[in-house]
Amino acid sequence: MNAIIQTEKLSHVYSVGTPFEHSALADVDFTAYRGEYLGIIGRTGSGKSTLIQHLNGLLKPTSGRVLYEGQDIWESKERTRQTRFNVGLVFQYPEYQLFEETVYKDISFGPKNMGLDEKEVDRRVRDAAAFVGLSDQVLQQSPFELSGGQKRRVAIAGVIAMEPSVLVLDEPTAGLDPVGVESILSNIRDYHEAKNATIILVSHSMEEVARTVDRLVVVSKGKIPFTGTPREVFAHGDELEAMGLGVPQVTRVFHRLKALGVDIDPSVYTIEQARAAVRGYLARKGAK
Amino acid sequence: MALKDITLGQYFPGSSPIHKMDPRSKILFTVLYIVALFTAKGPLAYVVLIAALGVCVAVSKVRLQSLVRGMKPVMIIILITAVLNIFYTPGDPIWQWGFLKITAEGIWAAIYMVLRITLLINCTFLLTYTTSPIMLTDGLEKLLGPLKKIHVPVHELAMMMSIALRFIPTLIEETDKIMSAQKARGADFDSGNLFQKAKALVPLLVPLFISAFRRADELAVAMECRCYHGGEGRTRMRQLKFERRDIAALLFGAALVALALLCRQLWPA
Repeated sequence: MNAIIQTEKLSHVYSVGTPFEHSALADVDFTAYRGEYLGIIGRTGSGKSTLIQHLNGLLKPTSGRVLYEGQDIWESKERTRQTRFNVGLVFQYPEYQLFEETVYKDISFGPKNMGLDEKEVDRRVRDAAAFVGLSDQVLQQSPFELSGGQKRRVAIAGVIAMEPSVLVLDEPTAGLDPVGVESILSNIRDYHEAKNATIILVSHSMEEVARTVDRLVVVSKGKIPFTGTPREVFAHGDELEAMGLGVPQVTRVFHRLKALGVDIDPSVYTIEQARAAVRGYLARKGAK
Repeated sequence: MALKDITLGQYFPGSSPIHKMDPRSKILFTVLYIVALFTAKGPLAYVVLIAALGVCVAVSKVRLQSLVRGMKPVMIIILITAVLNIFYTPGDPIWQWGFLKITAEGIWAAIYMVLRITLLINCTFLLTYTTSPIMLTDGLEKLLGPLKKIHVPVHELAMMMSIALRFIPTLIEETDKIMSAQKARGADFDSGNLFQKAKALVPLLVPLFISAFRRADELAVAMECRCYHGGEGRTRMRQLKFERRDIAALLFGAALVALALLCRQLWPA
């Protein structure tokens, strides 16, 4: 696998020289590989938002480097700007950034800034709208008439329309109902599969990342203590608990079962795996 | 420099005696200090005033760096004032070139003017650096209380002011966030001519206004939910109390004014 974004010894200090000075990231080495679905988890204030704002050059490292396809993104002004288009970043509650008269115009803001011609902009707006399930009729409406969930879709489409090779989403499902959560997550998966794009999903919900991502990066106190597949990361249950993160509920239940002496593999983290494990256990028990 | 780093009128939490002082006495002391500053004449008065502010800064443990940073935006005004004073004060010219002439009186006037503005700004900064906005408006409300007799809506004004002050950091944070979000979509706030720059602000201002109105609405609902109905019969959680240090501060302020008046008598210019 080859890396698409890397950080080398990345540190960031906010408000240098004031009483509010604090270090948000300390010597972080982070890697995202081409085409992977990566999850970043950490508590509020762990530094995860600071980390992702470095990936597309919104924040400048206090020290260390950020590389996109092996090249320093701060090498030149042009490269920094180009990185913003290659690495799409959807902020938390992105619906508050909408400003245009119509949904169509708002989604086209990004592609237009890229300097694309009108035909290409039109194609991208319609493609992006299709990815998040917005109808043609909605495209002509004012974004302010839409419901919260719809607004969120428009905002995500606004970033997808730039067709970034890396799409970073900061808590894209925060504050949505379960149906909304599912549909946004499946929209993101569609984009991932259709464009073979790298997805970086930031979340604090273990359940959510456990069943969507290929690989997990844990951020705590400005450092990355663990990375690996969800299975590998959740094996550190106690340490995660100590960081205030914990493991998915199913995993916790299975660990407890194991502790009670039930002969079952505790490394499950989705409902489907749990069902299979319980079935397997019952079958074995029946066979005895 | 990120927007967050703006220090103008910001509160730096601390636990120095100045931080703990009653906001009323801090406001009154600041007023007395400014009065002293504007009546002061002659070097002695200025030396004393500089020393007095120096002591206050030292006691408050506010870092000199933050005061200097706060001065940056007004630097140009100070410079212009100094230049105007140097060249346009009548008196004995000590240097002349065409219509430009510098007088000894002009140099003194410029020095005093620069000192006066610097001290004025720094003493008000010290007030806002060491007093939280809530305390500041509480203090103002109490001080202006007598005006209620002539139907000035003091409480309402104070409430408006504290809400406005309270939301400045929130708005700055919000601006920062929306700016980042639009930059992530390729918005460019820094280049282009004036017209282009103004146009680039639309994607920032529209969401900012919308969220400001939304916040105002939510705040109004939240206040009504807690049965807010103006200042009538409202009691306070933090009762303001004068203590010995407050009396000391006020006496100190009064002494400064007295000294400034005395110096004026001694050096009538």
